[in-house]
Amino acid sequence: MAAVDAGCLLYFGYPITPQSDIPEHLSKHLPPLGGEFIQAESEIASINMVLGASATGVRAMTSSSSPGISLMQEAISYMAGSELPAVIVNISRSGPGLGGISASQGDYFQATRGGGHGDYRMIVLAPASVQEMYDLTLLAFDLSDKYRNPAMILGDALLGQMKEPLVRSRPGKVNVVPKPWALTGAQGRDPLRIKSLYLKEGELSEHNWKLFQKYEEMKKEEIRFESFLADDARLVLTAYGSVARISRTAVEMARNEGMEVGLFRPITLFPFPEKPLASLSQTARSFLTVELNTGQMVEDIRLSVARDADVYFYGRPPGSLPTPEEIVKAIRNHYPSG
Amino acid sequence: MELVFKRPQSLNDVPFHFCPGCHHGIAHRLVAEAIDFFKIQEKTIGVASVGCSVFMYDYFHLDVLEAPHGRASAVASGVKRARKDRIVFTYQGDGDLAAIGIAEVIHTANRGENITIFFANNTVYGMTGGQMAPTTLLGQRTTTSPYGREFSNDGYPIRMSEMLATLEGSAFVARVAVNNPANLMKTKKAIRKAFQMQIEEMGFSFVEILLSCPTNWGLSALEANRRVEEELIPYFPLGILKERKMADTL
Repeated sequence: MAAVDAGCLLYFGYPITPQSDIPEHLSKHLPPLGGEFIQAESEIASINMVLGASATGVRAMTSSSSPGISLMQEAISYMAGSELPAVIVNISRSGPGLGGISASQGDYFQATRGGGHGDYRMIVLAPASVQEMYDLTLLAFDLSDKYRNPAMILGDALLGQMKEPLVRSRPGKVNVVPKPWALTGAQGRDPLRIKSLYLKEGELSEHNWKLFQKYEEMKKEEIRFESFLADDARLVLTAYGSVARISRTAVEMARNEGMEVGLFRPITLFPFPEKPLASLSQTARSFLTVELNTGQMVEDIRLSVARDADVYFYGRPPGSLPTPEEIVKAIRNHYPSG
Repeated sequence: MELVFKRPQSLNDVPFHFCPGCHHGIAHRLVAEAIDFFKIQEKTIGVASVGCSVFMYDYFHLDVLEAPHGRASAVASGVKRARKDRIVFTYQGDGDLAAIGIAEVIHTANRGENITIFFANNTVYGMTGGQMAPTTLLGQRTTTSPYGREFSNDGYPIRMSEMLATLEGSAFVARVAVNNPANLMKTKKAIRKAFQMQIEEMGFSFVEILLSCPTNWGLSALEANRRVEEELIPYFPLGILKERKMADTL
């Protein structure tokens, strides 16, 4: 629905649990709108169709879940190198390997560290509700066009299957930035090329620095996060996605017990909200990261906060979700004394 | 004086980088001539593959997009679905199309994507240094089949055109060569026909062009040209394998 409201009428995908609701929905709704839906032969083909469509200047997307996203990494790297926008939704499941279909945050490294080859970054947005799945998908299209870079929505099985009320913010209104670089046939202009191969001396290094500047610009302009009762907190929970919602309940419960606890929820995982966390660590000296894995985002928390701040980790590898009570127990264990 | 021979408009005025005796340049020129013939230069989008063919964006005076290795037909499908009124073609080598990209090309053909693929078959990986391709002939020595291709270890050379011609989605499938003037004229015709199929929205068109690769075959230009006739054509017979007369309708 967000894709359609973002003016994206081209979807290419491949079935995989727990995201098949997306292709099922779009296969029904895109053709009547004059759009195109292809169920491709693989995730590799899907993402390359997105690459092709995007090169012509129109919005295109795909979605998958973790193993399928692994298959897409090559083309994501090509799109970053060729400066092509695209929206990729990862309703991640558990791994490694075939893993399982339960909720997991095991793909944080893959998403934020560039799962493909080469020195590139991808915009990564982490929604925590159905409303945000919608809002951030619209944002992902806008940011991806603005920076000519792929953008990922990193959700999980829990969000992928969630039912919640939704307000459509901009049905029918789409402002897509002009794309003078798009390949549409060389009519009345010189031919254009879109490529990522740079063989001439110095050309590739120049290209990499240009991409770097873009990533720096994203870090300056696009940081998004939510802070909940964190300003006066002595211990700050850090969590993203669905786990952040469980953590929020845990914060409320801990506050009822008289502990000064807050929550910091990164919404952009790349660019990561380093500076807000650094400022927060001037007042809060303890951080407790909660993730559905054995510790991934916690590394970024450690890199962001003051060097003498205490960073703890409460991890839950795939299988079951932590209850708010369990998180409160972890808070009690790490709550600064005195 | 009357000008009887000139560069097609759809080719840039730059020298080809191809090795002496290589047929890629001829195939490029024939594709460009067909684009000129139909006056579709301003509405054509080319998709380059990985291999010697990647530099087609330097040679064709067209909008060109570079695809990851083997993925050109999926990329071209995306281009076409986004811009149905444009003419979209790929130019892919045999390593690219028949090995790593075989799934993509089969399904592109099977969907009947209204695009055109030029398949340059020279029986080796050219750019990476002459390694064995799926199309390498039995007994052929390459840098990764130093004792000659052996069916018990490497399997048999794949006949892509025959395979694709079996698919209902394929509208036009032909295999041609450019090793002599007669074959060259047939190639010219086949390339035109393939574009015509796309213009008339008949569906997937595929032209396999047998090319020489003197450098990686370890032959002179003339010997390599002769090998096309004596070794390639007997295994990869020339001709039109499929030609749909009418567009598919339900």
